[in-house]
Amino acid sequence: MQENYNFKHRHILGLEQMSADDICHVINTARSFKEVSARPIKKVPTLRGKTIVNFFFEPSTRTRLSFEIAAKRMSADTFNISASTSSATKGETLIDTARNLQAMNPDIIILRHSSSGAPHLLARNVQASIINAGDGTHEHPSQGLLDIMTIMEHKGSLAGLKIAIIGDIAHSRVAGSDIRGFTTLGAQVYLAGPKTFMPAAIEQMGAVVCEDVRDAVRDADVVMALRIQQERQNDSLIPSLREYAVCYGINDRLLQLAKDDVLVMHPGPINRGVEMNPDVADGARSVILDQVTNGVAVRMALLYLVLGGDKPGVEQGG
Amino acid sequence: MDGLIILKGGRVIDPVNGRDEVADLWVTDGKIVASQAETPADAKVIDATGCWVVPGLIDIHVHLREPGQEYKENVASGTQAAAAGGFTAVACMPNTTPVNDNGSVTRLILERAEGCAARVYPVGAISKGSKGESLADYAEMKEAGIVAVTDDGMPVVDSQLMRRAMEYAASHKLVVMSHSEEEALVRNGCMNEGLNSTRLGLRGIPAAAESIMVYREVALAELTGTHVHIAHVSCEDALAVIRLAKQRGVKVTAETAPHYFTLTDDAVLGYNTNAKMNPPLRSEKDREAIRAALADGTLDAIATDHAPHSVLEKELEFNYAANGITGLETSLSLTLELVRQGVITESRMVELMSAGPAGIIGVEGGQLGEGAVADITVIDPEMEYVFTAEASFSKGKNSPFNETKMKGRAIMTLVDGEVKYRL
Repeated sequence: MQENYNFKHRHILGLEQMSADDICHVINTARSFKEVSARPIKKVPTLRGKTIVNFFFEPSTRTRLSFEIAAKRMSADTFNISASTSSATKGETLIDTARNLQAMNPDIIILRHSSSGAPHLLARNVQASIINAGDGTHEHPSQGLLDIMTIMEHKGSLAGLKIAIIGDIAHSRVAGSDIRGFTTLGAQVYLAGPKTFMPAAIEQMGAVVCEDVRDAVRDADVVMALRIQQERQNDSLIPSLREYAVCYGINDRLLQLAKDDVLVMHPGPINRGVEMNPDVADGARSVILDQVTNGVAVRMALLYLVLGGDKPGVEQGG
Repeated sequence: MDGLIILKGGRVIDPVNGRDEVADLWVTDGKIVASQAETPADAKVIDATGCWVVPGLIDIHVHLREPGQEYKENVASGTQAAAAGGFTAVACMPNTTPVNDNGSVTRLILERAEGCAARVYPVGAISKGSKGESLADYAEMKEAGIVAVTDDGMPVVDSQLMRRAMEYAASHKLVVMSHSEEEALVRNGCMNEGLNSTRLGLRGIPAAAESIMVYREVALAELTGTHVHIAHVSCEDALAVIRLAKQRGVKVTAETAPHYFTLTDDAVLGYNTNAKMNPPLRSEKDREAIRAALADGTLDAIATDHAPHSVLEKELEFNYAANGITGLETSLSLTLELVRQGVITESRMVELMSAGPAGIIGVEGGQLGEGAVADITVIDPEMEYVFTAEASFSKGKNSPFNETKMKGRAIMTLVDGEVKYRL
């Protein structure tokens, strides 16, 4: 990392905006914070007096909880707002809603929204820092960062690794962030899945698309499966979950093609027996629960960094 | 001669009459008359030195929003924007509220247009309510003043209905304008399908959604012998279909809009809703194909698809934002850029913006011959300025060209020999 490095992002909109130095700085910061979660009293005063709003337009227990735990472990005050429908269909615009929130002076708004770009719209219209907790089919940067942290913990670095991502790339904001983050850090990203799940021109983002899933998994250092939404059958993107499982499900036989020390990952929740067999998900190579643990640490780091922190204040706590 | 106006010393460009020369243009009683050796003492002389004097520009694809959505635009504000952009006439699309699918709405639009800054030619709907279910009353609307029919904004999904529309329109000597889009391939798409849609996580619309429907329209035009006009062509594939159809003698004409030969889908980056339109901004390859087609005659007209919206429809999540941008006041400057770049000649520009559009909808104008209606645009091709939506006459401020430095603009617009706009 360059000397005199400063983390300059006031918002976390996506990994597209992050350099390798930025990503490494977040991960290093997260490593410091990870220790807090292992203490008997899991709380530091770092964000005492700060107000954080979890603004979720989509149901997401895991991500919301992870952000909330992260905020609470840093002594911030957290508030949860959920909306079952988009602002546009409620008659109030997203900007109006956000301006009302802004009037209550939150420090950070964590936004989950079904529309790609919604956090960008918010960031242009409010003073609070915006953290994208997943927007449409675009990005899910904190998930991408926790995936990177998990891989780094096991492999040291991403440079030169072969990482296979299998499944519904086109509709996955996790894939959107992972592909950007992994390639920024020097990994080779291989994608596999039916063509109905491949977004246009994805190769131009630096990924290699494999027609045969075995080519993606062969000699891979990491194999990540993505969740398959059941409704994709109705969209005629796949004929059935059963057929998908046969063609693209990660099982022991397929994994034998990968490196012996391959990491198996999944952003969760898993459709067991569809994108991944249970024995793989729970097997020795699976780091799926590490991903969840690291999620809290990464989110603590992001909350801390967007508010201008440059050194983790962990030593203050306890 | 009563009320004589002399546009003096301008470069008169009139492709219909094969003119491109520095000359005086005499106008009286709303008509162009022969120049004479001596200038009468009471003549109003307008110095056009250094300027181009061309037949009034005609935009056959605008949305004036009246009746029903006057908060976005009305006939008065839209025609004022037209005049400021050098347009002496506009054809307005029928997707108003209510839809212009009957003579009453047509008459209302024409009443509102009286005394306005530009001529207004209403276009009627193909189907009642533009719902694509049954034909609207073409004869009644023609009697009231429509010049064409279209369900613009929506494709006519039912091919049989489109066939009948073409047959019936032919009976009433109306051109059918097609909004060519295969709906099933669009399905909530909100920008061009390609690398940028992938990067932004927005659902893409493939160019095939357009070209498939263009193929259907020319096939039906061939079947019925009707003149079909393809609106807002945006992609290379659609042009290929049109080019082939023309070679086969099909009665097909086509227009594109300045944004398609100026911008690509890069303009959407950052979720810029002022670059959201339908059809969407395409790739560089498509942009180049559009430019070539303007030069080689595959395209017959430049139209703006002027689509004013309020901020209520644009300051939204990208997928919820309305399609469309304003265009009347930027069209000429953007087209002049093509001339400067050597893509088209000055004369071809006038064809594309005046004679071509006039011919498609069968209205007067488009030329400066003796006896022709004195619809005239005076252009200063060298004037530099910065376009700002704020200063626009249109109520819509939704332009991707806001704050763009431009070169060349209309400095005077005359309709029926009367100055309707002067910079």
